Amino acid sequence: MNQTVEKTVVYDVERIRQDFPVLHQEIRGKQLVYLDNAATSQKPKAVIDSIVHYYENDNANIHRGVHTLSERATLSYENARKTVRDFLNASTEKEIVFTRGATEAINLVANGIAERLSAGDEILITAMEHHSNIVPWQMLCEKTGAELKVAPINDKGELIWDEFEALVSNKTKFAAVSHMSNALGTINPIKQMIDLLHKFDVPVLIDGAQAIPHIAVDVQALDCEFYVFSGHKLYAPTGIGALYGKMEQLEQMSPYQGGGDMISIVTFDKTVYNKVPYKFEAGTPNIVGTIGLGAAIDYINTVGIDAIAAHENSLLEYATEQSQKIDKLRIIGTADNKGAILSFVLDGIHPHDIGTMMDHQGIAVRAGHHCAMPVMDFFGVPATARASFAMYNTHQEVDALIAGIENLIEMFG
Amino acid sequence: MLDDLRDLYQEVIFDHNRNPRNFRAMENADRQIDGFNPLCGDRITLFIKFADGKISDASFQGQGCAISTASASLMTDIVKGQTEEEAQALFSLFHKMATGEEVEIDDLGKLAVLAGVCEYPARVKCATLPWHTLDALLQGAEEPVTTE
Repeated sequence: MNQTVEKTVVYDVERIRQDFPVLHQEIRGKQLVYLDNAATSQKPKAVIDSIVHYYENDNANIHRGVHTLSERATLSYENARKTVRDFLNASTEKEIVFTRGATEAINLVANGIAERLSAGDEILITAMEHHSNIVPWQMLCEKTGAELKVAPINDKGELIWDEFEALVSNKTKFAAVSHMSNALGTINPIKQMIDLLHKFDVPVLIDGAQAIPHIAVDVQALDCEFYVFSGHKLYAPTGIGALYGKMEQLEQMSPYQGGGDMISIVTFDKTVYNKVPYKFEAGTPNIVGTIGLGAAIDYINTVGIDAIAAHENSLLEYATEQSQKIDKLRIIGTADNKGAILSFVLDGIHPHDIGTMMDHQGIAVRAGHHCAMPVMDFFGVPATARASFAMYNTHQEVDALIAGIENLIEMFG
Repeated sequence: MLDDLRDLYQEVIFDHNRNPRNFRAMENADRQIDGFNPLCGDRITLFIKFADGKISDASFQGQGCAISTASASLMTDIVKGQTEEEAQALFSLFHKMATGEEVEIDDLGKLAVLAGVCEYPARVKCATLPWHTLDALLQGAEEPVTTE
């Protein structure tokens, strides 16, 4: 108990809010309450400044010019790679490949391992995946004749361990698992999953798109072969993300796209590819996005990911407790181990009506299928409304959420 | 506190949402077709029966928000007794209203309660989904239609 009190004192959410300019505005005459963080997070001033600074001072192409600006741009770009390495605790920055986001990272891996697969092989995912961790594997199965296996979930939205275990066999050649579900908030027991899969020599990709802003990640401790995430959910700009891959895996994989920067020698007879990670970074990359990602991680580090997690968990706990007082409300996703996502439905009120009515009260929530249609089917709902929390949300905003829901129930009659 | 929302959510819309008219499957329908809004997952199945060159019965089933449910309810009521041409002309008029074009609001009759939707770009497709579905049905489409 004392510890909680101490953390509340140390965690100065009002000071953090000052760092996020977008939060300080009114929507339809009401103070903005931004609770759509699982879709994308807002950006701190430090990230916005890093973008402006780059374009005002250092803008040049990287890895080629000998002039000063190009050297500065290259240095900033490669420093961001080191920042990501430290954030994930990868053993070397060469294991960090910059991508457009988690989706591109997954596609890059699916493309790169295609040659390993043939008919009769199996790829294992779970029933709580986002479309981006379903469709690339379906496409890969189509191309190779491999079969997609889906580990089921229970009514709380948790992986059913025994069924997952039963699906892992010598036929399993690859597994791709969400660290935290975007539609349900469920946090998967990925360490146990990875250990089990490794007994069958199955390489594992962890989709960290949702987990990365909430959970400290150590890829060496997890021992996963791949970990992917998007920058924009981590307070960084859109259009940038990263793939962590074990060196031995990345070296075996074929390139994703051909072009400049991913080659070392090109003739019309033959091309020699560049080393990892450059082999996977064809063309001029999103330089400023990468710098913004580095700035976002630096910012998170000043607050501390564990302190952020504790704050968000306290918000989730409070929101869960308060929302259970509303008779018509049903929470979708009640896993024991859950991140800061409150997905819910209201009896007789469609989530899209909830979305519009909440917006009228200045409250931004997501309404829809959350790119997880199979999850919606499983729970027998067309869509849900979702409030998702970030480091800058407050307990007062949870109160506003609850009041907003009560208002719209009253209006619907 | 939600007074300005009343332009969109008029009482008539709540009424049609709570008690949608013509909300039933039609076993002897002459034509039926599915409509789907992939953005939000709204689904509608529309049933139409013709007699003497006119729409003699219209009904729907499906799952959707208050706006799309009310729109389907109102639509299936209003097109009964209309010829195909009349229904299509009404679709065109309704579409204009929903997307904010100038229309003679009296020509829309009861449908005018949905006029507020043009202020909500994200919700226009909720209101027009039933109408796009009807339009496709009248044009003889057999594949499900989508709003995208």
